[in-house]
Amino acid sequence: MNSVRVPHRLCCLRAVVKKEFRQIGRDARTLIFLVVMPGFLLLMFGFALNFDVKHVPLAVCDEDGSAAAREFIGNFTHTEYFDLKYELSDPREVDRLLGEEKVRVALVVPRGFAADLAAGRDPAVQVLVDGANASSASTAAGYISGIVQNDVVRMTIRLLRERGLKGFVLPLASDVRVWYNPELRSAIFLVPGLMAFILMVILVISTAFSIVREKERGTMEQIMVSPLKPGELIVGKTVPYIFISLVSSHLVLLLGRVLFGVAIKGNYFLLLLTMTLFLIGGLGQGLLISTITRTQQVAFQLAILSTFLPTFILSGFVFPVRNMPSFVQAITFLVPAKYFLVAMRSIIIKGAGLGAFWEQVLGLAAFAAIMLGVSTLRMKRGK
Amino acid sequence: MMRKIAHIIRKEFLQLKRDPRLLPVLFVAPVIQLLLMGYAANLDVRDIPTVVCDLDGTSASRELTAEFFNSGYFSLKAWVSDIRVVDHYLDDGEASMALVIGRGFADNLAAGEPARVQLLVDGSESQSATIGASYASMILSGHAQRIMLERLERLKPFGIRPVRIKPEVRVWYNPELKSRNFMVPGVLGLILMIMTMMLTAMAVVREKETGTMEQLIVTPIRPLELITGKLLPFLIIGTIDVCLVLAVATLLFRVPLRGSVFLLFGMSLVFMLTTLGLGLFISTISRTQQQAMMTTVFFMMPMMLLSGFVFPIENMPKFFQAITFVVPMRYFFVIIRGIFLKGVGIAELWDQGLALLAFGAAILTLSVLRFRKKVG
Repeated sequence: MNSVRVPHRLCCLRAVVKKEFRQIGRDARTLIFLVVMPGFLLLMFGFALNFDVKHVPLAVCDEDGSAAAREFIGNFTHTEYFDLKYELSDPREVDRLLGEEKVRVALVVPRGFAADLAAGRDPAVQVLVDGANASSASTAAGYISGIVQNDVVRMTIRLLRERGLKGFVLPLASDVRVWYNPELRSAIFLVPGLMAFILMVILVISTAFSIVREKERGTMEQIMVSPLKPGELIVGKTVPYIFISLVSSHLVLLLGRVLFGVAIKGNYFLLLLTMTLFLIGGLGQGLLISTITRTQQVAFQLAILSTFLPTFILSGFVFPVRNMPSFVQAITFLVPAKYFLVAMRSIIIKGAGLGAFWEQVLGLAAFAAIMLGVSTLRMKRGK
Repeated sequence: MMRKIAHIIRKEFLQLKRDPRLLPVLFVAPVIQLLLMGYAANLDVRDIPTVVCDLDGTSASRELTAEFFNSGYFSLKAWVSDIRVVDHYLDDGEASMALVIGRGFADNLAAGEPARVQLLVDGSESQSATIGASYASMILSGHAQRIMLERLERLKPFGIRPVRIKPEVRVWYNPELKSRNFMVPGVLGLILMIMTMMLTAMAVVREKETGTMEQLIVTPIRPLELITGKLLPFLIIGTIDVCLVLAVATLLFRVPLRGSVFLLFGMSLVFMLTTLGLGLFISTISRTQQQAMMTTVFFMMPMMLLSGFVFPIENMPKFFQAITFVVPMRYFFVIIRGIFLKGVGIAELWDQGLALLAFGAAILTLSVLRFRKKVG
């Protein structure tokens, strides 16, 4: 008897998987999105998106017009940090340019700059910074004070040389070494985060949808009266999406390798294990959403709300978790992408072993178990 | 005509009510999102965990480390005496930065030779690493300058006076440099886009998928009336969301609202024309709700990333900068941050508003035309 039932059960499962695949296949655009979008996002992250503060649009108002003033201004305009956009003669125009966001920084060298320097008085210089974007503004302000400091030291050393005092050197020599990601390329840092983002969004949304759709169209009842068990339905519904997400995340890894030289330093099987745990958790989350909603519209909103923003904001993908207030840090423990991200960065960038991130793997496993458990329970009750 | 539109609006609201979870999704979720964003979306880098390896152990080296930790950017994680231990701290992610002061630091300083300091930075979190490294170099060069000035003081009797330029730095619009003031107005744009675009796209496609579109078409309702009736509920929902978000932003997060509230509402309506138009457009090119949803996500992700919400547009390569001109949110962010933080008015923002209006008109016309053709 048993020997007959087992193939029969597998047969059922295969039928659901086949049905789901066929439904995805019918919709070529969705399939293309699922496969192409990750690559497209990676390209964007690799080439377009970074936090470097460079080429800040600058306006200069040189009221002095002396050689010394020009030299001082040259220190700003000859760096890649600032791009000279406007040369003004009236300092009142600065207000307008800052207000319209034409420039972010304005430098005003008042009349008497050269005369003050020559007479040994401390010349006044004004720097106006648009502080709206606080983090880039403070970085830009840092550059400015660095440039001025360098300039002052250079002028002082030149002055001393003119007086015949040689042998004056800078008192400190600092040597900055960056580990793991020596060129500080954002792509290396972002590939693991992007994988989390893609897997989460594709998986949760697709699974949430695939069951609600049956409910909304009324085909759920048909499936319910078939000899299919809830567990089989879930497995059958989700296998295709696991498959697709695995394909697209490998595509991201491959593109990262080819375009940005992001190689996996650690163990590939550890990576696969972590990824699978994360995927199962995402599936559970999608299923849970589909059991508590009735229409695709709401399922979609819930899926987006529970994946898009938490993965983007609370995982440490873009914003460091360390900086968040402690109650928000506590919430981040509920975000599986956070565990995934830490583990992925350890494996891909640092090449660390399981010892360095076993807590993260445990967190992922716990999340997956809870999500799957709760949604299967709810599903059974629903039937 | 107005009555017909009113009927559709009523039908649409009835349909929204059918799923009891939609109401919290529409009005509670935006507030939760804003709360999370306001508290979590913080790019300020502070308290970078740092390990110190001071092999010199003199008062000169201690002076330098003290200056490091007094800055507030770094927090002391451990004080080690073996350079090899530093590696473990960085490998396990317990520290993100290490300051190594070699033996002979004080001797070199006293002899007028360059004294060496080494800084090890964990680059796996590249953006905080960059910022942390730049803070560290700022502190080091400040320290160097101070030592230099002390030496020059001794030369004063010989008539040598160091050059000093103290730039007077004034920060406008956000003098405390709080990133929350920058992020929270941005979230308003993000929430408006997510809400209105998704709901519209789904609402129209649902009629197609469930087959009720044909029923609607055979009624005496004209396509334009149908579309107006479909879009107005979401415009109303979006406006309520603006009120909610505005209340939280100003009352809880104390983001200064320096400009006109009416201008803010007016511009939000213009912005919603673009997102509603995009939603409608997506619904004309999709057959099923799943397809509409995927297409929406596909539009939304690049729009969010290329809008200047977190990643500054001026850092992007020229090619991507050109793309940002067709992202309506880009204009809305300039408008909304301008109204909130700079208190600027229509005189400064008219060009951004015009760009939004043009985009909205274009996408709405395009989708109404496509919609008509389908219906006919």
